[in-house]
Amino acid sequence: MKFLPLVWRNLGRRKTRTAFTLLSIVVAFILFGYLAAIDVAFSFGVDILGADRLITYHKVSLVQLLPYSYQDRIAAIPGVKDVATAVWFGGVYQDPKNFIAQIAVEPERFLRVYDEFVLPEEQKRAWLEDRTGCIVGRKTAERFDFKVGDRIPIQGTFYRKSDGSSLWEFAVRGIYAGAQSGVDETQLFFHYKYLDEAREHSQGETGWFTLRIDDPERAADVARAVDATFANSSGETKTSTEKAFVQGFANQIGNISAILKAVMLAVFFTILLVAGNTMAQSVRERTAELALLKTLGYADARVLGLVLTESLVLAGLGGAVGLAVGWLLVTVGGDPTGGLLAVFFFPAGDVATGALFVVLLGLASGLLPAIQARRLAIADALRRGGA
Amino acid sequence: MAEEALVRARNLHKVFHRGVERIDVLQGVDLDVARGEFLALMGPSGSGKTTLLNLLGGLDVPIAGTIEVAGEPVHELRGAALARWRARHVGFVFQLYNLIPVLTAAGNVELPLLLTSLGRAERRQHVAAALALVGLADRADHYPRQLSGGQEQRVGIARAIVTDPTLLLCDEPTGDLDRKSGDEILDLLQGLHQEQGKTIVVVTHDPLAAARAKRRVVLDKGVLAETAA
Repeated sequence: MKFLPLVWRNLGRRKTRTAFTLLSIVVAFILFGYLAAIDVAFSFGVDILGADRLITYHKVSLVQLLPYSYQDRIAAIPGVKDVATAVWFGGVYQDPKNFIAQIAVEPERFLRVYDEFVLPEEQKRAWLEDRTGCIVGRKTAERFDFKVGDRIPIQGTFYRKSDGSSLWEFAVRGIYAGAQSGVDETQLFFHYKYLDEAREHSQGETGWFTLRIDDPERAADVARAVDATFANSSGETKTSTEKAFVQGFANQIGNISAILKAVMLAVFFTILLVAGNTMAQSVRERTAELALLKTLGYADARVLGLVLTESLVLAGLGGAVGLAVGWLLVTVGGDPTGGLLAVFFFPAGDVATGALFVVLLGLASGLLPAIQARRLAIADALRRGGA
Repeated sequence: MAEEALVRARNLHKVFHRGVERIDVLQGVDLDVARGEFLALMGPSGSGKTTLLNLLGGLDVPIAGTIEVAGEPVHELRGAALARWRARHVGFVFQLYNLIPVLTAAGNVELPLLLTSLGRAERRQHVAAALALVGLADRADHYPRQLSGGQEQRVGIARAIVTDPTLLLCDEPTGDLDRKSGDEILDLLQGLHQEQGKTIVVVTHDPLAAARAKRRVVLDKGVLAETAA
C-alpha cells in the first residue's frame, strides 16, 4: 500500500497519454458490455431457461403441427408434472417492421409452466375471463404504448378466420414482467381456444408442448418416453430440453455468439497493444529512475511488482469505469433497437468475466515492460540515464 | 592505515567489452577506507572512478577480487541480498541528483524508507529530520522543478542519509553545480563527516572539491596510481 502513491504519481506523469490510454480501455469495456448484452439477446436468454422444462414438437419441423390431443397423453407419462401447449401465430401489427412474437396458449396451464412471467392477480383474472384477451410483455407495452384495455389489431398471415377475414383483434388484459433479468418481455400471449375456434383450418392442432418434469436429472428418460409414445404415428415428435430447443432456434440466425466473441477478441488485442505500448514507453522513459530505485535497495522483484501494479491500476481504472458505464448504458439506456430484442441486459457472469479481463489486460500489458525493468543493470542504466 | 578499515577492497578487476574491444577498467585495485573517513577518489575521465564507486556500493560486481564492508563480503552478494545490503548500508549521491520529478522533495527523501518497517508517521519524522539537516525544511513540498540545482542536490543528499547508512558514496556531487552551490554542497558533506562521523567517498576530478577530503587517492587507467596526503 505504501508504494501506491509512487505508482499513482507515475501514472500522472504523462497525463494526456494516460488519459487517452484510459479512455481506450473504458471504451473497450463499454463495448464489451454492449456485446455481452447483444450476445444474450441473440441467445434468447438461453442461460436462464428452466432446467426442468422440455419442449415437444413435430419430428419433421417446428412448423408442422401436432394434434392437440397429445397433451393429455403427454401429461400421463411418468415424470411429467405439467404440460402447456402453444401455437406460433405470426401476425403483423400495423407494419411488418413492428415485430411482436404472438403465441396462442392456454392461460392457466401456460402461467403454471412459465412461472417466470409475473402478472398482477387482477390482470390474470381479467385475461382468463376474456377469450379475446391477451397479455403483452412490459417492453412491448412500452415500445407501442399499449395500456390495459387497449385493443390491438393483428393481421393474420398464416391463420385467417373462418369468415374469411384475416384481421384478429385482441384486448390487452394484462402486462407481464419477467421475474428476473433475461426473461423475454416482448411477447404477446392470447387464448388458444380463441384461435382454434375462429381459424378456418387446422382445428384441433397445435404447435408444440412445453413439459414441466419432476426431476431434471431424468430429462433424457422422459424425452425418450414422450417420443416413444408417438413413434410410428402420423405426428411423430421430437423432445428436447428447452435450452437445446432455444439454442437450436437461435443457431438458425447464425453463430452470432462466435462473431461477437471474435469482435471482442480483436478489440481486446488492440487495447492490449495500446496499453502495452503506454507501459513500454513509460518504462523506457524512466530507465534512470528505475535504476535509481534499484540503487536505493529496491530488489528486482519489487521493481517488477511496481511496474506491474502500475499497469494493473491503469487497466483496473479503465476497466472498472468501462464496465460501470457499460452496465449503466445497457441497464438504464436499455435495448438500442427500442424493444426489438427480446432480452437485453449485462449478465452478472459477463461482468465477472469482464473483471477477469481487466486483470488479464493489466498483467499482459505490463508484463514485458516489467520484465525489462527487472532485468535493468543498474550501472548501465545510470550511465545511459546520464547520472 | 592505523584506523579500522570499514571498506576493504582487494585486487579488484573489472572489464568492459565494446564490440570486440576489451577494456580493462580496473586492474587489481586495492583500497581501504577507514570508518569515519572522508576520501576523495580522483582521476581523469575514463579512469574507472565511477566503476570503482559502483563496485564499492554494490551496484556492480567485480570479475575478480574481494570487497568487504564492515566485515561483510559484498562481492559474494547477488540479487535481492545485494539490494537489501545496499538499502541498509549505502547512501548514493549522483552528479545529476536523480530525483524523481513527480515526487516532492519529501517524497524523494522518503523513497529509501519505504523499504523499511517504519510506519508513515515515523517515516515523515525521518524525512523532516533529513531535510532539516540539509537546510531544506521549508522545501519539503516542492517538486524538483521548483528547486535550484544546489537545492536538488541537497535533497539528493537528504535521500542518501535518511536511512543513516554505513557508507556515503558521492559521484561528482558538484559536477553540475556552479562554484557557489558546489561549495555549499561540499560544506554540507564536510559537516556530515565532521559532525555526524559519516564515512564518505567522493569521486571528483575537481581539485578544490578533493581538497575538502582528508585523504585523496588517484586512479589512472584502472590502477590506483598515486596517493596524496
